Amino acid sequence: MTVAAAEVLVEIDDKIGIVTLNRPSALNALSISVMDAVVEALGGFDRDPSIHAMVLAGLPRAFAAGADIGEMKGIAGGEAAEKQLARHLSNWDRIGNLKKPIIAAVSGFALGGGCELAMACDMIIASETAVFGQPEVLIGVMPGAGGTQRLTKAVGKQLSMEMNLTGRKLSAREALSFGLVNKVVPLESFLSEAKKLAHAIAAQPPLAVQAAKASVRIAVDSKLSEGLEFERQSFFRLFDSQDQKEGMAAFAEKRKPVWTGK
Amino acid sequence: MTQTTTQELLIERKDGVLTLTLNRPDVLNALTLAMMKGIRDALKQASSDKAVKAVILTASGRAFCAGADLGDLKKRQSVKSFSLGDELRDHFNPLVAQIRKLEKPVIGAVNGLAAGAGASIILATDLKVCAEKATFLNAFVRVGLVPDSGMTYSLTRFLGYSKALEHMWLAKPVTAEQALACGLVNKVVPAEFVLVEAQLLAAELVKMPPLALALTKRAINRSLEAPSLDEQMEYEAQLQEILGKTKDHAEGVSAFLEKRPAQFKGE
Repeated sequence: MTVAAAEVLVEIDDKIGIVTLNRPSALNALSISVMDAVVEALGGFDRDPSIHAMVLAGLPRAFAAGADIGEMKGIAGGEAAEKQLARHLSNWDRIGNLKKPIIAAVSGFALGGGCELAMACDMIIASETAVFGQPEVLIGVMPGAGGTQRLTKAVGKQLSMEMNLTGRKLSAREALSFGLVNKVVPLESFLSEAKKLAHAIAAQPPLAVQAAKASVRIAVDSKLSEGLEFERQSFFRLFDSQDQKEGMAAFAEKRKPVWTGK
Repeated sequence: MTQTTTQELLIERKDGVLTLTLNRPDVLNALTLAMMKGIRDALKQASSDKAVKAVILTASGRAFCAGADLGDLKKRQSVKSFSLGDELRDHFNPLVAQIRKLEKPVIGAVNGLAAGAGASIILATDLKVCAEKATFLNAFVRVGLVPDSGMTYSLTRFLGYSKALEHMWLAKPVTAEQALACGLVNKVVPAEFVLVEAQLLAAELVKMPPLALALTKRAINRSLEAPSLDEQMEYEAQLQEILGKTKDHAEGVSAFLEKRPAQFKGE
């Protein structure tokens, strides 16, 4: 790894994998090396059969205040920008494409690349101090890692336009009211609440969880008829699993199911 | 102190209490931008300084504060790009919000008249000690403006709809006695005891567990946003989960059982 190990912390807590952004001096600015490390860690968890859910956490003061502007400001026009940044930006897509659920634990600034990173996750637990926004326009650019796309799908066109065109930021409560986040909790407990949610998901049968995640993602992108077809096929396929047999048997026998992940 | 005659805002730290004193008595402590910035800077510093456990906001002379310094304002108003809305957004609103968001007790020691933005700032404080002769005055409408800096929000909650409108439309002062009766202030004492009384309150608060004080303030502010009872109880549950794990909670319980005074550390 090229990144100083301390800039991204990785830990496992039972069936959940936790990745913590840890560049407090730079308000967790998402440098190339930090994003590479995040993708490597989350990708590792995604492939690890003992991990069922993931948490991507920031620090209390900042989830991530944005991309690393220092790294970008010298980039020339023409093809240079694409050449130098395409791979970096695709890291956000990679996170969005992981199979296992990821919960973003957001406190403080989630701006620009930080907001895009939180939105690339499946759910967001926000502290009361969280602030969301895509202020790229204020420094002469626009979002490049999903800010105009995921934000629009999350909060609708009108608000997304306002945020993308003026840099308007949302407080945690506003973000909750517009459906951008799942829950707002006190600052002291944003991480524990995110872990709690991850543990709750990790306690469910993993094949069903992953199939449902894939199906919900399809709903965001495709026509209803295609999404329904995908959903139906996924539903049928789960009847091949042992966990389906176990889950329905346990329900009938009024006992707790024991999942095997098969 | 030799600086008192030149400084618009006096700042003093003693025994865990930060005291901020508006100090332009000759103009009834009318607020300048510099004074507001001074208060904001001091509060910002206090928020991360564990040694500061309570804040007192008071003023020199016979008035607490006559509101914004209109002379100062007039000068800025002559600039073409001036906007009264932005004036509030940039200076007054952040100050009021900062007082409410500071996770430490802020005590207003109202030594005399609190008018306009001066009243708004006092309303933002957590506990208020008020001089017998102090009054709250709202003359915004008389100069063709709407009461601001949170006034229409806070005062309506104390006075009720019709009294609030009467106070604001007709610039009818609220006396200290009325303020006490409606729960707008905590205590009314002779003017010479206002600061002493505030200091006694502060000294009491300094001994309390700071995290419990902070989170209680947070919960009460949250309740003003009118969540449902269920939402508020869930919020309390979340805060209690945090406090239940603190050393101060354990110390408080032990001290109670051992019948001794508790020593809180803010941990």
